Amino acid sequence: MKTGNDVLRKGMFILLLAVPLASQASVVDEQLVSYQASGAGSFSAQKGEQLWRQEVVSEKDGHARSCTTCHGNDLRSAGKHAKTGKTIEPLSPAVNVERLSSAKKIRKWFKRNCKWTWGRECTSQEKGDLLSFIRQQ
Amino acid sequence: MDNRKSKTWSIVLTMGFTLGLVGISGMVLSDDDDYEDNDQWSQSRLDVAPVDNAFYKDECGSCHFPYQPGLLPARSWQRLMDGLEDHFAENAELEAADAEQLTIYLTENAADTSDYKRSRGISRSLAKNDAPLRISTTRYFKRKHHELPDRVVKDNPDVRSFSNCELCHTRAAQGSYNEHQVKIPGYADWDD
Repeated sequence: MKTGNDVLRKGMFILLLAVPLASQASVVDEQLVSYQASGAGSFSAQKGEQLWRQEVVSEKDGHARSCTTCHGNDLRSAGKHAKTGKTIEPLSPAVNVERLSSAKKIRKWFKRNCKWTWGRECTSQEKGDLLSFIRQQ
Repeated sequence: MDNRKSKTWSIVLTMGFTLGLVGISGMVLSDDDDYEDNDQWSQSRLDVAPVDNAFYKDECGSCHFPYQPGLLPARSWQRLMDGLEDHFAENAELEAADAEQLTIYLTENAADTSDYKRSRGISRSLAKNDAPLRISTTRYFKRKHHELPDRVVKDNPDVRSFSNCELCHTRAAQGSYNEHQVKIPGYADWDD
């Protein structure tokens, strides 16, 4: 038999889970809107996944680099920094609620990591596609 | 009366002399910090001021060990912060206001403005205009680590680099680099 208490507890649980997810959603949505404001079209998670795996040979060391070089193929698992060996916590917001929860961090890491991985900044279109992919993982 | 007076003087002088000796021997010992480590009195004293800036810990420590500002002189930190786009072959760019805030923290607490013993040691080991970016290239650091062969650090898969202070110095995060607190992964019995 379900008591009122159980229902309340369950409700609270869902609510606690929903709050960080909701804030992630609004942060990501705001980013997407701003990318479109700067010229991007509609976004595709599928395109984002292709970009995620897209390799570019580094002018600096001659090795191919992609997002997976450090983040790995499975966004729900931890990655490993290619150089320092330091663990990189999973990027998937489903298993790591801190991910995609700060616009400032999204900006910071896109800037750094696009430059390191592809040798240039990402376009608004690319960022939107990538975010659309990452948020679904 | 005169006799008494000179006796008192000789006691005072002896005491003064003894205190002086203690003082001098303390200075001599503290000049080489590894002797000082054996001294109970100074054991509680930290080697470098610990990091007390949450923003620094978060921004820099999310990628690597947050090195205490007291491990390099201000001119090094300035040079390092001016080159974040190529930060040891990584891109570590920050928004201008954030970079500025961190530069202030680093330079104000740098080795050449600190009187913690390792900070003083590092500072003293550098030429006046020398602004190294790596702590491990300072003469002081090299002197302290010269006995370590490559297999123990560079070629040790669990250490890989001298930049990973905290992997061997178990209390590095607290600002303590005492050699008795060193535990090298894979070399449990290492003793130098």
